[in-house]
Amino acid sequence: MDVSFAITGKGYVILAADTTAAHSILKVKLDEDKIKELSPHLAMAYSGEPGDTVQFAEYVERNIRLYQIRNLYPLRPASAASWIRRSLADSLRSRKPYSVNLLLGGYDTNTHTPHLYWMDYLGTLTEVPFGAHGYGSYFALSLLDRYHDPEAPLEEGLAVLRRCIDEVAKRLIVAQPKYKVKVIDKDGVREIEF
Amino acid sequence: MARRYDSRTTIFSPEGRLYQIEYAMEAISHAGTVLGVLAKDGIVLAAEKKVTGKLLDLSGAREGGYGGSGEKIFLLNSNVIGGVAGITADANSLVNYARSAAQRHLFLYNEDIPVELLAQRLCDLKQGYTQYGGLRPFGVSLLYAGYDPHYQFQLYHSDPSGNYSGWKATSIGANNGTAQSLLKQEYKDDIGIDDAIDLVLRVMSKTMDSTTLGSEKLEFATLTLDPATQKPKAKIYRPAEVDALLQKQGLGKKDEDAEMKTS
Repeated sequence: MDVSFAITGKGYVILAADTTAAHSILKVKLDEDKIKELSPHLAMAYSGEPGDTVQFAEYVERNIRLYQIRNLYPLRPASAASWIRRSLADSLRSRKPYSVNLLLGGYDTNTHTPHLYWMDYLGTLTEVPFGAHGYGSYFALSLLDRYHDPEAPLEEGLAVLRRCIDEVAKRLIVAQPKYKVKVIDKDGVREIEF
Repeated sequence: MARRYDSRTTIFSPEGRLYQIEYAMEAISHAGTVLGVLAKDGIVLAAEKKVTGKLLDLSGAREGGYGGSGEKIFLLNSNVIGGVAGITADANSLVNYARSAAQRHLFLYNEDIPVELLAQRLCDLKQGYTQYGGLRPFGVSLLYAGYDPHYQFQLYHSDPSGNYSGWKATSIGANNGTAQSLLKQEYKDDIGIDDAIDLVLRVMSKTMDSTTLGSEKLEFATLTLDPATQKPKAKIYRPAEVDALLQKQGLGKKDEDAEMKTS
């Protein structure tokens, strides 16, 4: 039932994910953070099988940190995306694959450009201007087709995100009450009260 | 008993030295000179070929693969060229290792390997031979001329002990002391690629034994950015191109030697 959205704009990427931790038909927690900060300019929204998601996100986080310690500079978003995709593709072909879907947002400090990558548990990787996972994607993608503007300033990007969240709240029977929103831009990753 | 500590690569002498490593470095100082100069918009590498003679079949070098089919300058990856000085057979093995390491990085991260990382990969290998017993270290120093988005153009040097360092201009092989003091005098921080080519050829002509430079003794390569794509573009000169360049710089042979030219 996880819902996550991501939008790029002028010099930033917004990641948003619901904060519900569910077990069977029960909500057990309403302030779960499903967006992992991987490095100063890289964050990842994860969804999928509970347990797999946290395990895989921590595995990625520590490997990206290890690369940064070993090599003095962090992996660039495109390279990090490729590495994560490879990890998922290898996992898919193992005895017990991770069932995790991801939205990876990053800001490339070399080229000063924001990047957003859409990934699923099958190891599909595409760079997208906006993306979504879960039931929310059925509503959000058509909205974003119409309202997304790659040159929009942050306020407009957040307004479009608000539209997506409102639409899901209006139409989905199992709507999520709360979202965590993080922005990645030239200053790094920061959380925004939404 | 003076040689007690010579034969083992991994045993310290009482003065705290590793003789085999020092001998390997000595071997390199007899090899052909390799010169590298970093410019603001590119890098230049030049190398002196030692194995020459008119009976040597150079047809392979004349056609020239993209990876260079010379003796001392090799394409290690699309963004890095390497110049080697030392035992050629050891160098071939290291070049092969470097190419594999670069492709492994491409496979994992879908990006060209950062230049310093490639130097580190080779140095990790070289360092191993100063520590594990029964083996001889690589008798090779390398210059790496490369580009990556982190630090743009870079020039690194690595030696048989596994040390590496970054340079604006440096030289390895025979007469490297002379070459380096010349470079120190003439190098300017905002040097462009054309001036760097000129500087490299002038220093090379002074450090090499022969009076006139020619493609049979000289290898030459540049790394620049392709103006259209902004991607690094390595150019390892073919013998005919080396001769043409030397003519242009006024350092080539005179016309009566024209029949010796490979073009």
